[in-house]
Amino acid sequence: MSNNQANRVAIIAAHGTLDAGYPPLIIATGALGLGMEAAIFFTFYGLEIIKKGKADKLQVAPIANPAMPVPIPNIIGMLPGMTPMATMMMNSWMKKANVAKLSELLEIAVEGGVRIIGCQMSMDVMGIKKEDLIDGVEIGGAATFLEYASDNAIALSF
Amino acid sequence: MTYEFDQVLDASGLSCPMPIIKTKKAMDELQSGQVLKMISTDPGSVPDVTAFSKKTGHELLGHEEDGGSYTFYIKKA
Repeated sequence: MSNNQANRVAIIAAHGTLDAGYPPLIIATGALGLGMEAAIFFTFYGLEIIKKGKADKLQVAPIANPAMPVPIPNIIGMLPGMTPMATMMMNSWMKKANVAKLSELLEIAVEGGVRIIGCQMSMDVMGIKKEDLIDGVEIGGAATFLEYASDNAIALSF
Repeated sequence: MTYEFDQVLDASGLSCPMPIIKTKKAMDELQSGQVLKMISTDPGSVPDVTAFSKKTGHELLGHEEDGGSYTFYIKKA
């Protein structure tokens, strides 16, 4: 193990669909598993992940999503009920593959010291208040993320 | 081949990243030189445990597979 290896991961989470909730949290908790530090900067739709009680309620839409494992024509995908159905389908696959719930990964991350940072600007834009978010969130801006990322960190954006 | 071990962690049925997270926790509780026997059913844990050992400096003594169950022996640095 060489001395100039990165020991920190700086992650930007900008999307709030069910499939987009996983990469930031898997990488952050995976980093903890390797004895690394991590911080996740939640911005725009990513803030949905850290709203109180919302982590397990994220959805995935079948419309305009040609990479969905079960292909559904857009003209069907746009009908009422199709998004909840696609969400239910994906959640059942997650359960079958024994994948941890987002709320569990979030808990492991917070307990393990992952910095959870809410983007001040996006919160203002979308009218989200600190009280709407889970406990332990710092509020910051681009400089907060960049300062963290500049110290020999792997920087990722999802 | 089996090795002597001091602790067992059964991570069967768990998916990424849980096997590594639990392995890290278990390794933290060992003394230097002690060996953890970790069991997983996640095929991804084979490259992951190798990567874990490489990154943390703990030594992967060996691993074996038996019908979908993977057993690892990791010695704490």
